[in-house]
Formats: sequence, structure tokens, C-alpha cells
Amino acid sequence: MTRAVKPAVWLSALFVIAVAVLTPLVGSTHIDLQRAFAGESPDHEIFFYARLPRVILGLLSGAALSVTGVLFQCMLRDPLAEPYTLGVSSGASVGAVFAICLGFHSTGIASLVGAGTVLLIVLGTAVDGRRLSSFTLLLTGVTMNSICFALILFLHSVASFTQSFAISRWLMGGLDAVEYSTLGWLAAIVLVVCVAAIALAPKWNLLSIGGEWAASRGVSTTALTLAGYVGGSVLTGIVTSLTGPIGFVGLIVPHALRLRLGADHRTLLPCSMFLGAAFLTLSDTLARTVIAPAEIPVGVLTALCGGPFFLWLLKSKRQSLW
Amino acid sequence: MSFRAENLAFAYGLHEATFSLPTTGLVAIAGPNGAGKSTLLGILAGLRSPYKGSCTYDGREVRQWSRKDMALQVGFVPQSVNIEFPFTAEEVVLMGRTVRTGGWYESEHDRSAAKQAMSITDTLAFRGRDYRSLSGGEARRVILAAALAQEPHTLLLDEPATHLDLRHQLDLHRLLARLAKTMLVVAVTHDLNLALQFADQVLILENGKKVGDGRPADVVTPTMIGGVFGVRATIQMAQGRPWVAYGAESL
Repeated sequence: MTRAVKPAVWLSALFVIAVAVLTPLVGSTHIDLQRAFAGESPDHEIFFYARLPRVILGLLSGAALSVTGVLFQCMLRDPLAEPYTLGVSSGASVGAVFAICLGFHSTGIASLVGAGTVLLIVLGTAVDGRRLSSFTLLLTGVTMNSICFALILFLHSVASFTQSFAISRWLMGGLDAVEYSTLGWLAAIVLVVCVAAIALAPKWNLLSIGGEWAASRGVSTTALTLAGYVGGSVLTGIVTSLTGPIGFVGLIVPHALRLRLGADHRTLLPCSMFLGAAFLTLSDTLARTVIAPAEIPVGVLTALCGGPFFLWLLKSKRQSLW
Repeated sequence: MSFRAENLAFAYGLHEATFSLPTTGLVAIAGPNGAGKSTLLGILAGLRSPYKGSCTYDGREVRQWSRKDMALQVGFVPQSVNIEFPFTAEEVVLMGRTVRTGGWYESEHDRSAAKQAMSITDTLAFRGRDYRSLSGGEARRVILAAALAQEPHTLLLDEPATHLDLRHQLDLHRLLARLAKTMLVVAVTHDLNLALQFADQVLILENGKKVGDGRPADVVTPTMIGGVFGVRATIQMAQGRPWVAYGAESL
């Protein structure tokens, strides 16, 4: 709430624009932009059908995961919360693994169904009359995670050798080029939820201190918690159905930014959106180039790059009690 | 009348209380641990529902007030506030303004109201510090400042003097007495001397029942203290004021 916050938001926005412009130019094969825009093969295909959609998917997924991380940490008053805490992504994983075991070609719809099912089960259990306590939400979500992981282990254990490989790859998570129509839908949903979340930033500030604190300052806490849970879960469910589980983005980006910028959601949410997008896209650019033509699962890189950086940040800001 | 309760009861901790509170003045709620003081304060703040019986504020049932309208009228200072995230003291106080701000950022007026609240609670010196690094007493004053920045017509406080050193306890009592000239201040307290010297009305609760209600001199008596708290006490005059002196042993 200091007035010095706005430059951080603009700087992160500029940074993500730079990342969005530069990362499609980087890759294992050299391409000529003039040829790409002139529609000449193979530069055109590599740029527009391999790299660009993958970069856009990375930007949207990174933004969605880190904004969800901020919201869940705030609602649950739990610094360890992340997009995967409340069960929806493991529901998506169960759906995808089930689809692989049944021999379906595509896992997208099955994982969306899995995510939606978990969302409804958690809501049905945690909402009691007209109340929703964040503590019950946390317990329900964690329990659903355990149930889903058990189901995944079971399906994995009865799967054939090739299915088992496909399951392992899916559970590692990773970005892939997807159709532009899919990206259009994803962009619309991510932008709507992120803008709504940012618009509510003053209320997230109150809720992040406590339910009664927020209620006695004019916030309808049940409605806000419900909105945060559903909004974050829709983002996480859809992103997971497209990318599989990619860890660390939703945990580390919000924390790194809190250490630098403080806890005010009016700065934290937009910066998390921009820098989460940039972080995942940069990690994925590394993932597809470092040992090209092979690829490293991007979740491995988010943890390997982000982890040491976060440890350094913790050490350099020790006086802030984290 | 501000608050008026009739046969007010809650699932735990409060039975059939009937009382009415003035629109200005300092009201102290006292009683032993577990007597229902905090429950009662929570009901008044609109944070405990569903309650049984009736509890109105300004003629309307507390449960029918919207959160926002209630927050414009009533400021609530809880017993303690633990914060997980790195908010500064000033940010915590400015949060009191959220209900009045309307927009996304605070106005200059919001900032000056917050500064004023921090000034009278003696918290300006550490406005930029992380709330989590404050001492218990400093944190209490920041929470009080946040409620004052809200500019409520009624202030509800749950044991506001806890953790405060002597000077800040006295400052707090004087501040509450001064505020009570123009607004209703309701404080749950264990300090019977505060009740006796500064309060205009004292409510005594025991086992969830109201056992005393009236002017401090009529309510805070050796008989009441012996009966409710089980402690031998005398009322003495010190520096021209009545003063509760406790016996060394319980009854």
C-alpha cells in the first residue's frame, strides 16, 4: 500500500512482454523470421505451429498457476498452499490416467471431467448450509488429493508397459503446442479470472489476515472464499488438463514476490500474473533447448532453477522473519 | 439506543441476556473466564450467528445488517490478530479504510485518517515495520488504530489492555474515555479499576448469565466481586478516586 508499488507492476509487465517476444525466436533449430512470416516451409511451421503456441500456453499457464497460488495462500492463510493443495489438479490427473488406461487418444476431456468432479465433491463436502470455512476446505482438498493419488497408483499398477510409460510422462507435466482455438478459450478464461481477482485485491488483503478481520471490515467472507476457490480451481483444472501437473510455479512465484514487494495483493496479484507467466515460459524455453533435440520435463526445471533462487532470496532477506 | 438485547442467547456461553446500551459512553463488560464476554461481543459485532432471542443495533436485528453497513457503523478489536504474511503496520491500519475507500487505492483522506489513528495510538514510530516483528503491545495498538481508522460510530474491544505496558494502559484508558464522549465504546475487560473509574455502565456476566448491569459504583462492589469472582476485595479511595484493592487470599 506504499505508493512505490506501481513501478513493480509496470516492470513485470514489460518483462513478460520481452519474454513473449524473444522466447519464440529461441529453439534447437535456427529459423529465419522473414521466411516464417512469408509462409515458407519449414520456418513458418516451426515458428507458428511449434514454438508460438507453446510459448502462449506457457504464458497463460504460468499466469494462471501463480495467481491461483496467491489466492489459495491468502484464503487458507497458509503460506504452503499452492494450486495443487485443494485437489482439483489431482482430479485432472486421475481423469487423464484413466483415459490413458482405456486407450483414449486424447486425455483433455477426461482430465477436465476429473477436475470438475473433484471440484464438485469438495464444494459439496465443505459448504455447510451458507457457510464455507477455509479450514474445512483445506482438509477436504487434502483428503481428495490422497484419494486421487491412490486411484492413480491403482490405475498405474494395472496398466500395461506402454500405458505405464504414457502415465509417467503425463504425471511429469510439460508444455506442448496446442491448437490456437484451445489457446483462445484458455486466454479468455485466464484473463477473466485474473482480472476479477485483481479487481478484488483490497478484499484479498483483508481475507489474508483472517475471516473475522475481513468480516468486521465489510467483506462477505463466505462468498469471497467460494469465489477464490472456484476461480482458482477452474484455472488449475483447465491448465492441468492441458499441461499435466507442473509444480513449484504456484508456490515459489508468490513467495518470491512477497519477500521483495510485501503482501499487498494490489501489487502481488498483477506481478504474480506477469512474472509467473514469464517464469514458466523461460523455464520451458530452457527445457526445450538445453539438451535438444531431447527435452527436460519443465517441472524439473521450474524446481531446479526456482529452488536455488528462492533459497538465495530467503537467505538475503532473513530479517523479514520468513 | 444503540444495542438492545432481549433474551439474547447463543449455542454456547450465553443465556437469556437482556440489556440496552447507550449511543455514547464507555460500557465495560466484566466477568470470570468463560462467562460469555467474548461471545457477547462477537454477537454485537455481527460475527456470531445464529443467536437466539433478539439483538438490535439502531433498531435493526444485527443478523439483518449487511457486512458493509455494519462495518461502516461498528469497529471491532479482537483479542489477538496473527498475520501470516508480510504486511507493514501502516498497511494493517490502512485496511481499516477499505470499507470507506470504495475504490482500489486509498485517497489522501484515507491516508490522513490512518495517520491520525496511528498518531493517537502512538504507533507512527513503527509504521513501516513488518507487523509480525512487533511486540504484543505494539501489535495491539496497531489493531486498535486499524479499528479507529475505520471511523466507526461504535467501537467494540476484546480485552484491549492485554500486553500493554503501564503507560500505554493508562493512555488507552484515557483514549477510550475520550472517544466515549462522542461514540459508544464497549470493552470486555478484566480490569475492574478501569470499569470503576472510566466506565459509564458496567455489565457483569457469570456462566453466560447477566448478573450485574448499571453504574460502576453500584455494580462494582465488594459483594459482587466476592460473589462472582470469589475474591475478597475492598473499595478504597486513592488520589481522590475509588480503587479496588484485592485481598491476598480467595474467599
